[in-house]
Amino acid sequence: MKLIKNSAGRFVPDQINGKKQIPFKGVDKHKPTGYKAKPAIKTCIDYPSDGNKIVKSLKDALTKAGLKDGMTISTHHHLRNGDVLTNYLFDTIKQMGVKNIRWFPSASFPCHQHLIKYLEDGTIHHIEGSMNGPLGRFTTEGNMKGVGVLRSHGGRYQSVQDGEVHIDIAVIAAPTADPFGNSNGVTGKSASGLIGFALADSEYADNVIVVTDNLVPFPCVPWQIQGNNVDYVVQIDSLGDSSKIVSGTTEITKSPDRLLIAEYVAQFIDEAGIMKDGFSFQAGSGGTNLAFVLFLKERMKAKGVKARFVRGGSTKYLVQLLEEGLTDYILDGQTFDLEGVRSMRENPNHVNTSPFTSYNFHGKGNFASIVDTAVLGATEVDVNFNANVVSHSDGYLLHGIGGWQNCLYSKCTILAIPSFRDRIPVILDDVTTLCGPGELVDVIITERGIAINPKRKDLLAKLKKSSLPIKPIKEIRDEVNDICGGAPQKPKVNKNKVVAVVKWIDGTLLDSVFQVEK
Amino acid sequence: MENIIKASAGQRGDKVRSDCYIEIELAKPGGIKITGKSKVEAMYGDSIKKQLLDMCGFFELSDASIYLEDNGALPFVLAARFELAVKRLLPKCEKEYLLPVNKKNVYPSKIDRLRRSRLYLPGNEPKFFVNAGLHNPDGIILDLEDSVAHTEKDAAQLIVRNALRSVEFYGAEKMVRINQLPRGLEDLKYIVPHNVHVILIPKCESAGQVQQVEQEVDRLKKEYNVKNEIYFMPIVESALSVIRAYEIASASKNICALTIGLEDYTADIGTQRTNEGKESFFARSMVVNAAKAAGVQAIDTVFSDVNDMEALRQSVIEAKSLGFEGKGCIHPRQIQVVHEAFAPTPEEITKAKKIVLAFEEAKKQGLGVVSLGSKMIDAPVVKRALRSIDLALQNNLIDGKWREN
Repeated sequence: MKLIKNSAGRFVPDQINGKKQIPFKGVDKHKPTGYKAKPAIKTCIDYPSDGNKIVKSLKDALTKAGLKDGMTISTHHHLRNGDVLTNYLFDTIKQMGVKNIRWFPSASFPCHQHLIKYLEDGTIHHIEGSMNGPLGRFTTEGNMKGVGVLRSHGGRYQSVQDGEVHIDIAVIAAPTADPFGNSNGVTGKSASGLIGFALADSEYADNVIVVTDNLVPFPCVPWQIQGNNVDYVVQIDSLGDSSKIVSGTTEITKSPDRLLIAEYVAQFIDEAGIMKDGFSFQAGSGGTNLAFVLFLKERMKAKGVKARFVRGGSTKYLVQLLEEGLTDYILDGQTFDLEGVRSMRENPNHVNTSPFTSYNFHGKGNFASIVDTAVLGATEVDVNFNANVVSHSDGYLLHGIGGWQNCLYSKCTILAIPSFRDRIPVILDDVTTLCGPGELVDVIITERGIAINPKRKDLLAKLKKSSLPIKPIKEIRDEVNDICGGAPQKPKVNKNKVVAVVKWIDGTLLDSVFQVEK
Repeated sequence: MENIIKASAGQRGDKVRSDCYIEIELAKPGGIKITGKSKVEAMYGDSIKKQLLDMCGFFELSDASIYLEDNGALPFVLAARFELAVKRLLPKCEKEYLLPVNKKNVYPSKIDRLRRSRLYLPGNEPKFFVNAGLHNPDGIILDLEDSVAHTEKDAAQLIVRNALRSVEFYGAEKMVRINQLPRGLEDLKYIVPHNVHVILIPKCESAGQVQQVEQEVDRLKKEYNVKNEIYFMPIVESALSVIRAYEIASASKNICALTIGLEDYTADIGTQRTNEGKESFFARSMVVNAAKAAGVQAIDTVFSDVNDMEALRQSVIEAKSLGFEGKGCIHPRQIQVVHEAFAPTPEEITKAKKIVLAFEEAKKQGLGVVSLGSKMIDAPVVKRALRSIDLALQNNLIDGKWREN
């Protein structure tokens, strides 16, 4: 493996897990040509004419699907931290004695630390998706056999569509399904709202297994996943812990400092002229990102402004906007609480979307760039507005990318972040891991000041007379360094050992994550 | 008596943030040994080690084991915890490890500045300090009294001292509530030399107590060559104190305000606090009248339900109507509500603008008498109007160019 300097100045391997890689060339510089990947031709006469695809166990389904060493198995993350199925899936694979699986989840959660033993014993070769919490620690310390690959939700779709990742077996957790394989997430005891992250898998995988704990007679309506793409249906007792799949309620942060940031965000969106009739925005899922919705709502009501659509992750706060007539639609990628699930089930204007509609690099257009403003988080930013969401300043992987990279394409991307956490500065000279190029980040809003990207002269001009604390980013960095006792050291890493790579939305390599030296 | 060879200071545990726990054990010759862990090892490991060694040198520790559990303590916190461990270990040690004064934090106050809101910060919880000023309170109170456990009074003294020097409070007036006398007199040496603006004197029951504080402050100011003014805000918290309110309010020329604490007061008169507040009406009116008679500000008690912003707003409107000019806050989110509720109403502003313009016009023409239409305007009316305009400016209700509009 050789390291090459990409156009962002980051060192990335020329190949990973035996496959040649393309280094990042710059935003919107890489444009693959040719034809998309295609699924094998299937014929309905090979499937039961009564539509009953039920097999008696997951093991049977995996056997029928021809599970063998080295295959790629995909799962999706709509069950979030309540997911029991994925752990059960790998218990089964281990039992079958199969090795070297490439696990291709749309995201991982702390509950998946159960899988560490399978990463250790070689059942799983490496993860392509996200490496959160304990899996991140395991990976960063150099314990995974292969190199991890971090992709955005859109990037995952791109990798499937252009053939970078071929899924052998997709295992889809379906809160409700019928024997034909039609599935949805809006009903059932494990309801997660929707299951759009499994869409690409259902269309492109060689074998598709739907696993449900709520089997209904044909037809399962709505069919968010079409049974026509499904090979086998398995019924089990429980997909997961419903209290961890969606929370009963999502609560706004109580931290006065986060609330201050949220207030600044709402004021900024208002004063920048973004908040006007027919506008649109996306809110992330963190406490600050939820809180700004409430402050923005007050401003919208005071000025009589209505949004055309908002993008979820939905919560009760977005649902309230919809039900109070402050937005025409919620375009939703995942639901975070029970109110979100209820609304999606009952309200046709609460629309189920997938990474195909939301973030698709190989689509004929991109929803993400239509959105007027996206308010996102980050673990670190630097003075060039570059941002990191996957690792912390100690070098450890901690989060996945989610839809974050894709959302950077909004017309005004705002990162709402504290300027430091405890004694950890968030504004640095150089991010530990580059996940978002600074040219796509328009504004950074902290409790200590707001930095507008100098290339956004229009925003600087509009906010010239604002009472908001608008400052050059270096000024905020200096203030934070003063508080924390100087600029922080860099983590000690082994520059010869790449443990994971961060892909840009186009499939090129944006940065590497190196092994942390203990 | 056995010699102490080990002492500890600080906070430990999963929930601790921005603080640390330190143990120092005097060892047989063998130099300084540092063990333990820090949440910010990767970012500040070298800096922490350097600071610890520097402090060992300062306190002349040559053979000691130092154990650190650090949850992201800022340098001023680390320094205070280390110094405390040293002093618990070596009670006779009088040296003070002082970090440089943060220049951004040196600004004067004025005896009659706005004091609409004052935010209480528990003196031994440094995690609340660093962002407190961002919420724009008129004052912050570093509390050494009721919010600090009796066993940690020595810890709070050092944390507060270091915070007064190091933490930027973004223009807020820096206040410290000392302990009830006589203990409070011991607190003064940790604050007077370190850029404090106002000292709150709790459970103050006589002019004599204010004067005791004043004498000790004057002595320390001389000893440490302190140039800035230091004001006093006595807190009325008992029946006796209510009866002596005027005597207290006029006990020193450096008193800037008189305030009231209702929990202790209601306990003292044998009743309980209610939402209507009939039981404290007399006491609060006494405080207002005593303060006004003495020519100082009257400041109301704290509002303790941090979730009910509407009740807070009503309580401030009521306090304003009684003659109070400020309110105590125990949560940063209360500050803006307090400021808004103390702000002049649109009618008050319109009237004040007319009066101030008439006053300025009269001054320009050298007239001794101000009149508006056919009415003469007395000096106190002008004074109140100027105050309203000032408040309106500070609350962004009008801008500096209001005369042109």
